[in-house]
Amino acid sequence: MSMTEPSTLRAWLLAEEPTSRRQARAASLYQGWLTLRGNWLSMIGLAILAFLVLCAIFAPLLATDNPFAQDLANRLKPPGWEGHIFGTDSLGRDIYSRLLYGARISLYIVLLVAMVAPLVGLIIGTIAGYVGGWTDTILMRITDIFLAFPRLVLALAFVAALGAGIENAVLAISLTAWPPYARIARAETLTIRSSDYIAAIRLQGAGPVRIVTRHIWPLCISSLIVRVTLDMAGIILTAAGLGFLGLGAQPPSPEWGAMISEGRKYILDYWWVATIPGLAIFAISLAFNLLGDGLRDVLDPKGGE
Amino acid sequence: MSAVEIRDLTVWFGDGDERTDAVKSATMVVEEGESFGLVGESGSGKSTVLRAITGLVPTWEGTIRVMGQPLGRRRDRTFYKTVQMVFQDPYASLHPRMTVDAVLSEVLGLHGFRDVDARIDKLLRDVGLGPGFRFRYPHQLSGGQRQRVAIARALAPEPRILLLDEPTSALDVSVQAEILNLLTDLRAEHKLTYIMVSHDLGVVGHMCGRVAVMQHGEIVEELGVTDMREMRTRHPYTKHLLESALRSVR
Repeated sequence: MSMTEPSTLRAWLLAEEPTSRRQARAASLYQGWLTLRGNWLSMIGLAILAFLVLCAIFAPLLATDNPFAQDLANRLKPPGWEGHIFGTDSLGRDIYSRLLYGARISLYIVLLVAMVAPLVGLIIGTIAGYVGGWTDTILMRITDIFLAFPRLVLALAFVAALGAGIENAVLAISLTAWPPYARIARAETLTIRSSDYIAAIRLQGAGPVRIVTRHIWPLCISSLIVRVTLDMAGIILTAAGLGFLGLGAQPPSPEWGAMISEGRKYILDYWWVATIPGLAIFAISLAFNLLGDGLRDVLDPKGGE
Repeated sequence: MSAVEIRDLTVWFGDGDERTDAVKSATMVVEEGESFGLVGESGSGKSTVLRAITGLVPTWEGTIRVMGQPLGRRRDRTFYKTVQMVFQDPYASLHPRMTVDAVLSEVLGLHGFRDVDARIDKLLRDVGLGPGFRFRYPHQLSGGQRQRVAIARALAPEPRILLLDEPTSALDVSVQAEILNLLTDLRAEHKLTYIMVSHDLGVVGHMCGRVAVMQHGEIVEELGVTDMREMRTRHPYTKHLLESALRSVR
């Protein structure tokens, strides 16, 4: 390995005059990365998330016990007890191992919701904003109806109708989470659609589908990504809330909300049972918020200078 | 055959009580190969005329003919291959997330050209930008460079008629002259017809052969550029406009 290689890669990425499409795209990604790296709070958020992802991936290797193995003789032992780093819960299961496997569930929920809700919001919002007229009125009134319900109550109703379980919880959260994205996408579309570059591409004969997907979406997506990362905390908390109410992940599953729910009964005498998963939820929520803050600086299309 | 013929064109915004007529029964004829100027103060409806021709404003009545063909509500591909437009503000007329290359290849693709790479190189050379600008984003370009890209985009479908909506008013004075010279050269090279909107009589005097003066949505006078230079006007508003332009120069 020569020492010059990274510096030539850097030079290639920072070239004033890129010579190919690939280089131009790589260069703009690299510029974004440099901006993000300058924001140390975001880097902390990113580090926490990377750590959690690694924990989730390598949970079988890192776990000290089977997360489902009960040991009623050693129930409710404090952190540090005989190799149980975070202690044991009411059925004697190792909290540390359950936490690791729970990270998988939490990230699974987050990723599914993050893929479904913004996409639905983006499609509905941009269509409403670009087409306007009756389409806009109808789509936005539907959005208003969804917004009018308190989020958790609506999710509860969906789960009650669909049946308890992690997939239905994800579906219910997605169905309650899309309206704000639709609103944002519509507002962005309204400003974008009257701009000269949209007029210019219309004058080249581009149809509405091409304009919406190729010209409006790329500009909406950045603000949606920021909003998603800021909402992640809320999504996790809603998932945890559903778990806590017994409508999300079902018991023996080590979902963090469900774990808090189980620990609630002992919170006064055995604080760690509820506190440890609570801290995990706090960490992942904080990490997403910090990252979202930095992404806003990177992705803001107006701050491209 | 006249390139653009407009008869009794009325353009309005809003409906019912809120309707305002931006252009009131305007009539003008632009011959092929001509450079025609539309002047007037802001709000006189001169840009609206261009937007009605291109179909960006759908609420108009009257007759518009382009190359002899009357226009309806909808414009087809052949229209966009004949008529193109350059916008006023080069900072607003380029998509912030698309490189020069992406903008031009999309346009060329829309018009069904196959030899996209060669054409992009030629277009960039035509507007005085080297191949080094091809993969840049708009924020990496100056105002003048952006306007050159916008002109290249308008030239991509090889149009016959170019509508220029104050193409230099958002630029520095020194850059203005460069862009105007570029437009003059391109017209000679590609045998284009120009309709240029401007509030700057100096620019119009430099670029155009004939000028129509607009006030409150009406064309009050049409005159040759020599008549304009020698102040041979019939309408008092034209005289007023010319005098105030002269005062501002001194």
